[in-house]
Amino acid sequence: MNLVGLYTLFYKEVLRFGKVLLQTLIAPVITALLYLVVFGHVFEGRVQAFPGVSYTVFLIPGLMMMSVIQNAFANSSSSLIQSKVTGNTMFMMLTPLSHLEFFLAYVLASVVRGVLVGIGVFLVALVFTEIPVKHPGFILLFMFLSSATLGTIGVMAGVWAEKFDQLAGFQNFIILPLSFLSGVFYSIHSLPEFWQTLSHFNPFFYMIDGFRFGFFGISDITPARSLGIVTLFLVVLSGITLALLKSGYKLRD
Amino acid sequence: MPAISISGLNKHYAKVQALDHINLAVERGEFFGLLGPNGAGKSTLINILAGLTRLDSGQVNVLGHDVVTDYRRTRRLLGVVPQELTYDPFFNVREVLRIQSGYFGLHKNDTWIDELMAALMLTDKASANMRALSGGMKRRVMIAQALVHRPEVVVLDEPTAGVDVELRKSLWDFIRRLHREGHTIVLTTHYLEEAEALCDRIAILNLGKLVALDSKKSLMAHGIGRTRRVCITTEQPLGPLPENLAAKVRRQEGNQLELQLDKSADSVIAVLDVLRAHGAVIIDLNMEGADLEDVFVELTRRNRA
Repeated sequence: MNLVGLYTLFYKEVLRFGKVLLQTLIAPVITALLYLVVFGHVFEGRVQAFPGVSYTVFLIPGLMMMSVIQNAFANSSSSLIQSKVTGNTMFMMLTPLSHLEFFLAYVLASVVRGVLVGIGVFLVALVFTEIPVKHPGFILLFMFLSSATLGTIGVMAGVWAEKFDQLAGFQNFIILPLSFLSGVFYSIHSLPEFWQTLSHFNPFFYMIDGFRFGFFGISDITPARSLGIVTLFLVVLSGITLALLKSGYKLRD
Repeated sequence: MPAISISGLNKHYAKVQALDHINLAVERGEFFGLLGPNGAGKSTLINILAGLTRLDSGQVNVLGHDVVTDYRRTRRLLGVVPQELTYDPFFNVREVLRIQSGYFGLHKNDTWIDELMAALMLTDKASANMRALSGGMKRRVMIAQALVHRPEVVVLDEPTAGVDVELRKSLWDFIRRLHREGHTIVLTTHYLEEAEALCDRIAILNLGKLVALDSKKSLMAHGIGRTRRVCITTEQPLGPLPENLAAKVRRQEGNQLELQLDKSADSVIAVLDVLRAHGAVIIDLNMEGADLEDVFVELTRRNRA
């Protein structure tokens, strides 16, 4: 294993988003804050998703996870498409980096960005309200697994896309709707039965539900089931992505 | 053990046979030229060597190691300067070179990076963002990137394409220095002049086929690169030419005549005298040095003979 190579690519990816912090860290925290202010103001006192939990507090873990999901995806996918469009992926392809090292570096950098954005949303939300933390281990575990999963999807999308337009389509028609319809703003028990059933096919639902359990000790389904499904999802997607990278798909002709 | 050995190499894209059963070897310490017009297959060959392109069949080794099965070792032995000018707009020159070193497993490489930047006149640009550099500077950074891991074999894919005369000269000097220091150099170019000036041995590719592989001296001894092309326009279309001139005709259409003359043996004045004596009224004359097309014409003619 070329550990220095892996670390270098990881470091490069972190340095890359670190150079544009306004766009990669500050902007997503402010967006989440706007959602919190607007939705919290409109629905506070009218909706109670979990017993004994105010709507604003209920909303915070959902917004954190939505930010983690979107930013972890954006990190690997946008870096890869930029490198492909400018042609500088070549400088990585000429080196002894293996497909596994390449994959791990991109995914871990996505985890760092996802986790930093999630923590940023949490810290800003603390200014407005107190947030219970029942199972911190679950919170960290779900944040890691979810950002790694979305970092992996980002690698797939970044390798597949040949232009920014295709990547924007992937983000707007797959990632954004799935993250919005995963229970960020509501408990799925408040939905009609058909939509409840459909929500169970959305992998992002398990990320948010398990993550919320870490804060409140309450969830729509058992946290062990969420953990199992999210882990399985990560393992399967990682396998597919590694196979794609090993084949040289759209990276080596 | 050769620096590079290629045997039975084939590669096709859709219906195009980009490389057709290529066999060649580059010896250690050699300055090797890979020539051919655009689309000849030079870059495909380099990309297979570098692992950017997958081969269909055949075997490619770098210092005895297979580029497919032992890619980690071959990529450490090879420094490749790609043809296209590309860069990462997020980083400055020093960051780019440190990152490239890291990919090769080199964590602390600043002494060599400083030496490289000095040799390529990049020292005062170390903190400049890649976006702020001129095309020539970017090209030099790409050369430094290819050399950060001190590779034994250096492959330069058309390093002087589209660069000005001054930079071309300084790049030639730098590449010569690398060769003197013991690196094996493989240079692809479509400038015959460049190969003539630098290379010990030359391979010529055309349409994916190896059409010549010989030392520069031998190729020159056979007349390649020692001819000039003369284009003559006459007032009236010319009839059949005298036998001694007909052998030198490359093309004859109406009142246009194109001749390939030996630079040392054939006198242009004597040729014009022969044409005038034959009744031709010459209204225009153009002369050009031999280019690769002439080499191909000559090689094709030789192959047919």
